[in-house]
Amino acid sequence: MTKNGVLKKSQWIAGALAVAAVVMAVLVNTTALGQYTWLRVLFGVSALNFTLRASVPLVLGALCGILCERTGIINIGIEGMMLAGAFAAFVAKVATNDWPLLASLLFGVAIALAVGALMGLLHATLSIRYRMDQIISGTVIIILAAGTSAYLFDRDAVAQGKFGPVRIPLLADIPVIGDILFQNPPITYMALLLVVIVHVGLFYTRWGLRSRACGEHPRAADTVGINVNRYRYLNTMLGGALAGLGGGFLVLEAVGQFQEGMTAGRGFISLAAMIFGNWNPFGALAAATLFGYTQALQNELLLAGVTQAPRQFISMLPYVVTIVAVSGFVGRVRPPAAEGKVYETEGSSE
Amino acid sequence: MSEAAMPVLEARHITKRFPGVVANEDVNLKLYPGEILALLGENGAGKSTLMNIVYGLYKQTEGEIIVRGKPVEMSNPNDAIQLGIGMVFQHFQLVPVMTVAENVMLGSETIKRGLLDTQQVAERITELSQRYGLAVDPYAMVEDLPVGVRQRVEIVKTLYRNADILILDEPTAVLTPQEIDGLFDVMELLRSQGKSIIFITHKLKEVLRISDRIIVLRDGKVVGEADPKTATQSTLAAMMVGREVILTVDKDEAQPGPVVLDMQDVSAKDDHGQPALRNVSLQARAGEIVGVAGVQGNGQSELVEVLTGLRSLDSGRITINGLDMTNAGPRRVTQDGQSCHVPEDRHAYGMVDAYSVAHNLVLNTYFQPPFANGLTVDEQAIRRHAEDLVERYDVRTPNVSVHAANLSGGNQQKMVVAREFSRPVKLLIAAQPTRGIDVGSIEFIHQQIVAKRDEGAAVLLVSAELDEIMALSDRIAVMYKGEIVDIVPRNRATREGLGLLMAGAHSEEPAPVAGKAG
Repeated sequence: MTKNGVLKKSQWIAGALAVAAVVMAVLVNTTALGQYTWLRVLFGVSALNFTLRASVPLVLGALCGILCERTGIINIGIEGMMLAGAFAAFVAKVATNDWPLLASLLFGVAIALAVGALMGLLHATLSIRYRMDQIISGTVIIILAAGTSAYLFDRDAVAQGKFGPVRIPLLADIPVIGDILFQNPPITYMALLLVVIVHVGLFYTRWGLRSRACGEHPRAADTVGINVNRYRYLNTMLGGALAGLGGGFLVLEAVGQFQEGMTAGRGFISLAAMIFGNWNPFGALAAATLFGYTQALQNELLLAGVTQAPRQFISMLPYVVTIVAVSGFVGRVRPPAAEGKVYETEGSSE
Repeated sequence: MSEAAMPVLEARHITKRFPGVVANEDVNLKLYPGEILALLGENGAGKSTLMNIVYGLYKQTEGEIIVRGKPVEMSNPNDAIQLGIGMVFQHFQLVPVMTVAENVMLGSETIKRGLLDTQQVAERITELSQRYGLAVDPYAMVEDLPVGVRQRVEIVKTLYRNADILILDEPTAVLTPQEIDGLFDVMELLRSQGKSIIFITHKLKEVLRISDRIIVLRDGKVVGEADPKTATQSTLAAMMVGREVILTVDKDEAQPGPVVLDMQDVSAKDDHGQPALRNVSLQARAGEIVGVAGVQGNGQSELVEVLTGLRSLDSGRITINGLDMTNAGPRRVTQDGQSCHVPEDRHAYGMVDAYSVAHNLVLNTYFQPPFANGLTVDEQAIRRHAEDLVERYDVRTPNVSVHAANLSGGNQQKMVVAREFSRPVKLLIAAQPTRGIDVGSIEFIHQQIVAKRDEGAAVLLVSAELDEIMALSDRIAVMYKGEIVDIVPRNRATREGLGLLMAGAHSEEPAPVAGKAG
């Protein structure tokens, strides 16, 4: 897919770093190396677990961005779609507190997906039907979600219970790796699985081929009888659903409650992960993991107290890394050629 | 073609109206099996509109399309594809970042167990390319392919969909003479295998060479049918334009004066940082036209950009009128260098669509008297100036206040030419000055270029149309991969020889245009 030499090299580097991290993690957590505080901070099970938890919403948000932008719709409203999903999940959970826990949680997930998809539909309608500038439309989505959720939020409401970890038999028994990867709550597994599904879908199915054609050269798609705007509506809704799921993760799996503005910029970091990952699902996963790791590191460094650096600087870490990563790579990545442009069939003017 | 045979495709009384424009009016057309039908007409004559109706992209206002004897209703290209109609567009409809196989199957994918069966598609492409002499690599990335190969991919795309009615919209516009020969071979092979072809063009020579029948369109109407065996270029041109057209440019022998433009060893990079010009040295003297020939994308655009101050040089020197213009800005090049520039893409560099004709006509002079008045501009002076130019250069516009975007392509180009040519200049740089405009306007612009030469200006003419280069130039430089491979005096140049040079054959090799220009 990527024939760009630079990206091939970056894929190699990412792969090598991942292998090195795994090796270090295994060594630090199983051998005497674990005595060194610094190594525990960098490679301890808790740091790596935190990384995964922090990456999940970023992965889902980035997949949302990929689905939209690969079909030609710029989506800077991921943050809003995620927040709407989070709030919807919370409301659904609270409303069904007296249901069996699992049913109530699954209902929450379903509502998060549906509300996310509706936000996607809104974005698609504004951008396609009403030809609104897609950046503005995305901004509308963000403000709408922030305002509505804050206004409707009942501060006394409490959601009871959240998703707990599910051990995957055998795999969970692998030392260190099992602890990190195979004892997670369901949405985490789901997010990782979705990376594979979106990748296969985009590059090996009819839907993906047509979607990418709509994002790269919509007229070419039109001339072979593909309904460009239908694909754009569909994929923006699917993307919205994934962002909604990211919000659902925050409420139903990570925190258990809703807080105003709880997405806290994750939608924007997702956007960065999408760009850094060159609009590829696995690239976005790698980028999201890197950003998640910096969040984990920030946390661990503060907890362990191993450095004299003021905590404000340590708290800046995830954002600095995001800026450096994206600014260093933008220009080497290639966005879909037709993104952000309204497509009109030429014959439509009668 | 026997008239008894049933047409595979017939258009009856087709009328297509766009808001304010009638693009096609009562057009009748029949295509018989196994023939190449040329649809000849100027730009804007309605050829492409008609074919877009046949391909289901547009819906006709009136009339009907009949395919193999049955009236058909087409709401989108899918319907046309189902009926065996395939179209190769003038602007290729290929996704650059996808492979040939992906592009070919797009919209008609082969699926195995839910996934794309790329291998089977690739086999089918190989089979088709062998059968019709259309060599393409199914796994190549389209953006890496030269234009000629991309066109083959487009043809394969239609054959993959089992099209037996092929519409080729201006297929030769982007090809070298040799590639055109190759395309015509393919068209003949397709015809011999029973395919019917509609060949859209405005090039008279090609029509006479390849087609079985010619239908001429003018202003959206069929003005007549011609037989290539008896028709001549001038009779066809007269049908197209509606009056007698002088096809050859009438000009006297050049009287070259002192060197006006002197470039020495100029190198520059393209937008992607790749070398686009390699040690280019070129001179143009007062009173001569130097043509720069070459297949598009061999550095001609960059050549014009470095000369007009739009692109910086890596090395080398440019002198205009004895002044050093190396890396000078456009304002200095046009003012101090007394040069003017007709850019290759008028929409991107030549005009502001949303400005009035009058304002477009002062884009290069608005800051000078009589148009500038301290901090304000004198609208009256601008208007008078515009009315004068519109008159002199025959720009057809209701008045000078209309937006330039509303003019036809030919009139937009005449507007640009009027602005650039109306200043006294010593150097004229014209890039693709007649691209996409009608024969009548071409004739006019050619006359203006020769007039500038005869006034003593040095003219650098960059064009992808070999005929244009041959008709106007006194010397011809050929570019290939950013180098000038040879400079040939007009009287020693032949189409074939230039074609070989354009394809990269070096002058050291025994080519018909042997010998460097002195």
